[in-house]
Amino acid sequence: MDYVLLVEQLLNGFQLGIILFLMAAGLTLVFGIMDLVNLAHGSLFMIGAFVGGTLALATDSFVLGAVLMVPAMFVIGVLLETIALRTLYRRSHLDQVLATFGLILFFNEATRLIWGPEGLVIPLPDFLEGTVALGAGITYPLYRVVIIGVGLLVALGLYLLVAKTRFGMLVRAGASNRTMAGALGVNIPALFTLVFGIGAVLAGLAGLIITPITQAAIGMGEDVLILAFVVIVIGGIGSVRGAFIAAVLTGVIDTMGRSFLDLLLLLVLPANAAEAAGPALASMLIYILMAGILFFRPQGLFPPRGATVIQ
Amino acid sequence: MTRRLTPAGTVTALVLALCAAVPYLAPALDEPFYVIVFARIMIWAIAAVSLNLIMGYGGMISFGHAVYLGIGGYAVGILGFHDVTSAWVQLPVAIGLSAVVALVFGVICLRTRGIYFIMITLALAQMVYFLSVSAERYGSDDGLNILWRSDFGTRLFDLEDSVVMYYTIFAVLLGCLLVKWRIVMSRFGMVLRASSSNDTRVQAVGVPTFRYRLVAFVIAGVMCGLAGFLQANLERFVSPDMMNWHRSGELILMTVLGGTSTLFGPVVGAVVFLMLSEILSTITIHWHLVFGPFLVLVVLFARGGVMGLLGSRARHD
Repeated sequence: MDYVLLVEQLLNGFQLGIILFLMAAGLTLVFGIMDLVNLAHGSLFMIGAFVGGTLALATDSFVLGAVLMVPAMFVIGVLLETIALRTLYRRSHLDQVLATFGLILFFNEATRLIWGPEGLVIPLPDFLEGTVALGAGITYPLYRVVIIGVGLLVALGLYLLVAKTRFGMLVRAGASNRTMAGALGVNIPALFTLVFGIGAVLAGLAGLIITPITQAAIGMGEDVLILAFVVIVIGGIGSVRGAFIAAVLTGVIDTMGRSFLDLLLLLVLPANAAEAAGPALASMLIYILMAGILFFRPQGLFPPRGATVIQ
Repeated sequence: MTRRLTPAGTVTALVLALCAAVPYLAPALDEPFYVIVFARIMIWAIAAVSLNLIMGYGGMISFGHAVYLGIGGYAVGILGFHDVTSAWVQLPVAIGLSAVVALVFGVICLRTRGIYFIMITLALAQMVYFLSVSAERYGSDDGLNILWRSDFGTRLFDLEDSVVMYYTIFAVLLGCLLVKWRIVMSRFGMVLRASSSNDTRVQAVGVPTFRYRLVAFVIAGVMCGLAGFLQANLERFVSPDMMNWHRSGELILMTVLGGTSTLFGPVVGAVVFLMLSEILSTITIHWHLVFGPFLVLVVLFARGGVMGLLGSRARHD
């Protein structure tokens, strides 16, 4: 087998994993700490792409647009939390699913109204074009390397924030016992708002960062949202570390399956059967993985310590 | 001995009477288009009724219920594609396939609760969705046209006749309501409801709740597969969009809009939901802008849905 292709696809899978992690990190914190099913997290992915893209086009600089997107997404996240979602914390999961589903319809339509149905194309700045040589005859697009780098930095930052700072300590305290943390004087509602704002920034960053490769489109966050669900179910709800490992696992397995599964099947099946079964099986691979993991570990791979047991 | 008709009972009777009369009312009012609108509404109602069986009574919030619409539909579509148009093959395949898929998914999903359950049903449905998208032979995204409706092999019962088609859907809807009513009132239904409010306690009494919940899950899947079978026949078309996760969300919405844990709520919900979208979409193409927040408000302020407002009490909660 061509090892150059293999390494390239591995990196592509890793890059998809990074995007999934940025989405899943926010989702898993919101789930774990606030016990809120937020389907509108996918909308934040989309809004990040559109808002960040517009800022980039307005300032004529992708980097400046990305930097300006951070406070913009934070404000949008905080507004969304205080206006719409705060009232949902005490409601059943069913109510949360419904209300946030309604929000998706609203955001999709609002985006269509503001930016038109065609979406938004954001060109890659010149200095991010081109490829880098990784040695041993392997070249890889520079921008994808940048995505991986940014994602790893964010993951590291998030780890330090949650594990090493006073804010992170409060977040963890709120996650394991909301009432007790509140009784000890932690302002839980303000903490929730802050966490939600950070989640919104991460989702928006994921949306913006992928846009030069794909493009900003209405409903772009929905497929990623469902993949992010798979990721946090595999990783264990509420665990950022679990989200990271599961995201990379999901990204790599999905990408590798799509590229190489038909070749693998050729070893055991006749050519035409392998060609038909390959893509079908590849598209199901991560769900099979999820089902398998759930069968043996219903709490996911890394359930957070001290969290309430679900079953 | 006469019983006073409750407001909810009146609405039930009125909606059913309306459904029965549409094929005669619509042409008389010079709106023949409404025949197909109501046929569609009733199919969605069947699907919503099936979802309510597990969601309203069993507490199993399936966010992937539309997958059975797709499975029932593709059973007709794919068999028709291979020139098998006999209903005596298509119908058992649609039902059997829905049952098998529901059984497998149920065994996986029912190991979990709460948020996990919601997300896993969604993910598993998404898996089948992507499977249908990747099936190039059967049209991928573009879907599959169905040249002939399911053939029952007799002139007396021919689905190509639009009136027969309409009343078949109506009859299936009545049948599903009857089955659901019998289930909910039975011992089986009581276990289901009890397990949704306190599973541990029911298990402590010695009832293996997992089996009960699994059977309910499969029954709901089969019912919804039947709706898919009817939908494919009505529209003469199947596509992955039938099991898009938006459809699953809409099914939950219909159920809640009408009133969960009520026998007839999902039917009312389907009527309200689809008529509202029909009307709003003629006013503006951006109707989702109004509809989305409307749903949020319904969730926040109108608990119990239409049936709740009419005073029909949910059977538990």
